[in-house]
Amino acid sequence: MNVAVAKTGGGRAVSDLFASAEGRLSGSPDVIAARREAFESYERLGLPHRRIEEWKYTDLRALVGEVLPLAAAPDAAALKRASDAVKAHAIEGARKLVLVDGVFAAELSDVKALASEVSLMTLREALQKDAGVLKTVSTDAVIALNAALATDGVVLSIADGAQLSAPVQIVHVATAASVSVFTRSQVKVGKGARATIIESFVAAGAKTYQVNDAVIIAVADDADVAHIRLMDDAPDAVNITSQFVTVGANTKLNFFNMTSGAAVSRLQGFITLAGEGSELSINGVNLLQKTEHGDTTLVVDHAVPNCVSREIFRAVIDDRAHSVFQGRIIVRPDAQKTDGKMMTRALLLSDEAEADNKPELEIFADDVSCGHGATAGALDDTLLFYLKARGLPEKQAQALLIQAFVGEAIEQIADDGLREHVIGMAERWLERRS
Amino acid sequence: MMALLEVKDLKVRVEEREILHGLTLTVNEGEVHAIMGPNGSGKSTLSHVIAGKPGYEVTDGQILFKGEDLLEMAPEERAAKGVFLAFQYPVEIPGVATMTFLRTALNAQRKARGESEYSTPDFLKKVREVSKSLNIPQDMLKRGVNVGFSGGEKKRNEVLQMALFEPSLCILDEMDSGLDIDALRIAADGVNALRSPGRAMVVITHYQRLLNYIVPDFVHVMSRGRVVKSGGKELALELEASGYAQFEAA
Repeated sequence: MNVAVAKTGGGRAVSDLFASAEGRLSGSPDVIAARREAFESYERLGLPHRRIEEWKYTDLRALVGEVLPLAAAPDAAALKRASDAVKAHAIEGARKLVLVDGVFAAELSDVKALASEVSLMTLREALQKDAGVLKTVSTDAVIALNAALATDGVVLSIADGAQLSAPVQIVHVATAASVSVFTRSQVKVGKGARATIIESFVAAGAKTYQVNDAVIIAVADDADVAHIRLMDDAPDAVNITSQFVTVGANTKLNFFNMTSGAAVSRLQGFITLAGEGSELSINGVNLLQKTEHGDTTLVVDHAVPNCVSREIFRAVIDDRAHSVFQGRIIVRPDAQKTDGKMMTRALLLSDEAEADNKPELEIFADDVSCGHGATAGALDDTLLFYLKARGLPEKQAQALLIQAFVGEAIEQIADDGLREHVIGMAERWLERRS
Repeated sequence: MMALLEVKDLKVRVEEREILHGLTLTVNEGEVHAIMGPNGSGKSTLSHVIAGKPGYEVTDGQILFKGEDLLEMAPEERAAKGVFLAFQYPVEIPGVATMTFLRTALNAQRKARGESEYSTPDFLKKVREVSKSLNIPQDMLKRGVNVGFSGGEKKRNEVLQMALFEPSLCILDEMDSGLDIDALRIAADGVNALRSPGRAMVVITHYQRLLNYIVPDFVHVMSRGRVVKSGGKELALELEASGYAQFEAA
C-alpha cells in the first residue's frame, strides 16, 4: 500500500534523526521523557496526509515526502552569512533575537538592550528546568515532531505593566541546505503590558531546507499586543509553523501574517479567547507564485462571553500556485454576545492557480453575531482597461490592483513603519512575478 | 491644419454582430466635434474602439492618429501618444488612492514618451492648481479612485485627468449623463478651459443640452453605425426640435 510505504520511508529517516540528535536534545529527565513520548506519537502518525481532515488540502506526504536531517549547529562562516541576512531584513528600531539553523545566536542578538525590559531565556535553558514549554493544548504529528526535536528557541517574559519601548524581532535564519530546523519559542505578556512582537523567517544562501516552528503566546489581562509574522523563506523551502495563543480579559491582540516565498508552507494558529471583553484582529496575506503551496489554518475559540474577533485574509495566486485558507470560529455554550467575523478573498492571476477556502462556524451559544464570507476571482477587466487607458502598461495596472487587493489586510497593521515594511515585501513579490 | 484623427470606413463587430458599418470621420487639430445620435447608434462603440477597449473586432477600415495606425497600439500606448477617453461611467477602484493613481498614470505616460518623471513636489503643485480650478477638494484626492464620489465628482475627476495628462485628443463619452445643471456647468467649464489650437475634442452625447456649454465646431449625426449627416453647431438645435426619427428610417 502506498501509504504504508510513505510512512515507513518518512518514519525511518526520522528514527535515525532522533537517535543522532539525542545528544543535542539535552534537558531534565522529564524533558527527555516528554521528547521520547512526542517522538513516539509522531512515529505512530507519520507525516499528515489528505485523509486527515485538518490536512486535507496540504498533504505533506505528497508535498514534502520526508523530513530532512537535523541541521548542525552553525559555524563561524554560517554566523557571518546569517549576520548579513539579519541586516538585510532588519526592521528599524526593533531589538533582535536571532536563531540560526535552529540555534540561538547571542552574538547577533540585542540581548543587553532587551534585558532591561524583558526576561529572556533560551529554550535550551528553559528545558534544563522542566518540560513545560514542550506541552501544548492540542497536538498533531508536526507539533509532536517539533516537541521531540526542537533544538532551541527563545522564552520571553514581559512583566506586568511593562510598556516595551521597541518591538522585539525574532529572526529565524537558514544558512544550511538539505536540513531541517526545529524551533520552539514562548512569549508571556503580563497584565497591562504593551508590546510588539515580530517574527521573521529568512534565508542566508540556503535554498532547500525545512522549518518546523512552534510558538506559544500567553497574553494576560488588559494588555495590548501587536504580533507580526513575516515569512520570506527561500523559494524551495518548507515552513510549517504552529501557534498557540491564549488571550486574557480586556486585551487587544492584533496579529498579521505575510506568507511569501517557500515551496510549501502552513501556518496553523490555535487562538483561545479566555477572558471577557477582548478584541482580536487577525489578518494575513498569502502571495504565491510558480508551484508554491501556502496554507493558513486558524481556529479561533471564543471560550468566554463578550469578545470580538475579526479576520481579514487575502491570497494572491499566480501561475500554478495553490492557496489554502481554513478558518474555524468556535463559540462555546457560555460565550454569549460573541462578535466574530471572518472574510477571506482569493485573487487568481492564472487559469491554473488554485484557491481552497474553508470557513467553519461552530456555534454553541444562542446570542451571538457571527459571520463569514469567502470569494475567489480574477482581476476585474473593466478596472484593468481603465488603468491602461490612462497609460499604465498591463503589468503595472495589475500591480496597482493587486496592491489595493492586499491593502485591505495590510492596513490593519497599526504601526506606520511596520505597515510600510510589509508593503515593501508585497512590492518585491510583484517585481518577482514573471 | 493637421488631421489628428482619421477614421476611414470603419467596420466593427461585437460578438458576431456588426455595430459600425463603415464610419468615416476626420478631426483636425483645434476642432471640437460633437457626435450625436440615438441609443444604439454606435456612438460609444466608436469611443471604445478609439481607446482600445477589448471585445471589439475591427473587420475593415482604419483609424489613424497623427498619421499612425492607432489600431496597432495597445491602450496604454494610445494614452501616451495623446488619446484620452473620458468614460461615461468612470470606474471605482477601492484601495488605490486617487493621488497615487494620478502620479502613476502621468509618470507611466511620460516614461513611455521618453520624458523624465515628475518629482513629487512638482506633481503635487500641478495637481493642486488643476483640482482647485475644478473645485475638487484635496481630501477627495486621498480617497480611493472615484470611491464614494457623486456622479458630478466622478466626471470632474475625468476632467482633472484630462488637464493633467494634456492629451491632444479628448473623447468625452456622454459626459452629461447623470449630471444636474450645476455639476454639468463645472465639468463643462473645465473642458472649455482645455480647448486649445493644438488639441481636438470629440463630444459624444445623446442630448443637445451639453452643447450649450461645450459649443462644437462641427456636429455629426450617427444612426445605425454610420455618420448620416454632418454640419455646423446649428445642426444640434435642429435635432433638438425634430428628433432623431428622420434618420432612423432605413
